[in-house]
Amino acid sequence: MRWKLSNFKENLSVILEGNVKLSYEDLQKATDQLAEHIPDRCLIFSLCSNTIGSLLGYISFINHRIVPLMLDAHINRELLYSLMENYKPDYFWLPSSMANEFGHFKEIFSIYKYSLIKTPYTKEFPLYEDLALLLTTSGSTGSPKLVRQSYKNIKANTESIVKYLELNETERPITTLPMSYTYGLSIINSHLYVGASIILTEKSLMDREFWHLFKEYEATSFGGVPYTYEILDKLRFFRMELPSLRTMTQAGGKLSLKLHKKFAEYALENGKHFVVMYGQTEATARMSYLPYEKSLEKCGSIGIPIPNGSFSLIDEDGNEINEPDVTGELVYKGDNVTLGYAECGSDLIKGDEFKGKLYTGDLAKRDSDGYYYIVGRKKRFLKIYGNRVSLDETEQIIKSQFDFDCACSGMDDIMYVFITDMSRIDDVKKFLSEKTGLNHLAFKVKYIPSIPKNDSGKILYSALEEYYD
Amino acid sequence: MTNLEKYTKVFMDTFGITEEQTKGLEYRSIKEWDSVGHMQLITALEDAFGIMMDTDDIIDLSSFEKGKEILAKYEVEIK
Repeated sequence: MRWKLSNFKENLSVILEGNVKLSYEDLQKATDQLAEHIPDRCLIFSLCSNTIGSLLGYISFINHRIVPLMLDAHINRELLYSLMENYKPDYFWLPSSMANEFGHFKEIFSIYKYSLIKTPYTKEFPLYEDLALLLTTSGSTGSPKLVRQSYKNIKANTESIVKYLELNETERPITTLPMSYTYGLSIINSHLYVGASIILTEKSLMDREFWHLFKEYEATSFGGVPYTYEILDKLRFFRMELPSLRTMTQAGGKLSLKLHKKFAEYALENGKHFVVMYGQTEATARMSYLPYEKSLEKCGSIGIPIPNGSFSLIDEDGNEINEPDVTGELVYKGDNVTLGYAECGSDLIKGDEFKGKLYTGDLAKRDSDGYYYIVGRKKRFLKIYGNRVSLDETEQIIKSQFDFDCACSGMDDIMYVFITDMSRIDDVKKFLSEKTGLNHLAFKVKYIPSIPKNDSGKILYSALEEYYD
Repeated sequence: MTNLEKYTKVFMDTFGITEEQTKGLEYRSIKEWDSVGHMQLITALEDAFGIMMDTDDIIDLSSFEKGKEILAKYEVEIK
């Protein structure tokens, strides 16, 4: 797996604010220049942003068999240092504005406002030969658990996405998601693969400059998590004039039925495509998509498996369910199923543990036409603004900081945190927001005199629901 | 409650800040006022004053002071 930049020499690869444009040839030169400074099969922490420096780093690493762990440049520092101790990377690739934080390490190269920093470590852990990339699972709660993606995984998933979204070099996606997030990365992968032009911006939907770029450079598509679509609805998106827009994709959690219907109707009436999709980091990115022609008819569905993938449903005993409309755990098979997890540096030598089969942990059913619907989760986690946040890990980090009992539950985008000390509500809220980097509005901290538990001491989460607003 | 008190209280409740901190407050000047906080602020202002803002005004409401000007367009005088 290599990005074949030379196939698209003349094409624009990247468009930036201030009318800065780079061709694929420019990109190729910069990526080769960076790679001259890094031996192959090194581990590098890439602190990502939607900027040219971050992008060219990623391309360079993949093309030169250097393995990056993709992290958000805004990552909580404590978490970054604990990952560093755990995985001992050879280098950091980060915004030059951050380089002084690592002043005790040596900066060896810099291009497009990104810097290559050498750590004191040199090839501390051997890397499996097909290991391409590392991503966090629920990075925000501080777990060191990473997903190991192979070159084969990236190629397989990228080719599937290009096929079902019918992408070609005339596309111009505008970034709305971070590159360190599997969905954001998959948009970049699939468009580089076809020689399209990516409009890279750090601006959010709430910034005037974002919409200026969108119109000026005629963006054809964007992706969004459920929260993105709530913002768009709030921004009176349906009244905007966006003639260049062709496709909107949605993933990263279940969109409300109301919004799914609203966007599907808008798209069908205005000759746009609205594509609801489903995936996980463990499957590189995508597992299914709802074809745009079916977006209204099959409202609420995650669609059908992507090309070269397949789904099955299994009951509690592991037997396959064949009848329609029966709920079971969703199991996916395909070449995009990643190698497995890593929890420490010595796991990086591990080979393929999932062997092409992923137990998603999501409960789903299939209708008689073969369309899938997610109905629940086996594991206790929430998606907050598209980020997976483990409820059990959140309880653990609260307990490690405070000396009272707590329980976490809730629904996507709203976590309820029950604590037994009335005076610490604000402290807990602040602590969680700092620790996770998520807006404090995501956490509803409530006091209850005691956490409801059964005889064996297990928390009765269903009994907490009566305290929800 | 005067409109100014109502207006200030929306900022205080949404971002969990004191009245003092609302002075000179700007979008992204505190971490609570990010894109998530902004949407919540708009909803809270719309509810408090019974208005529906246009896209441009939602995007332009980039500071505590600017918000006063914008609400004036909806015949809400903040004083």
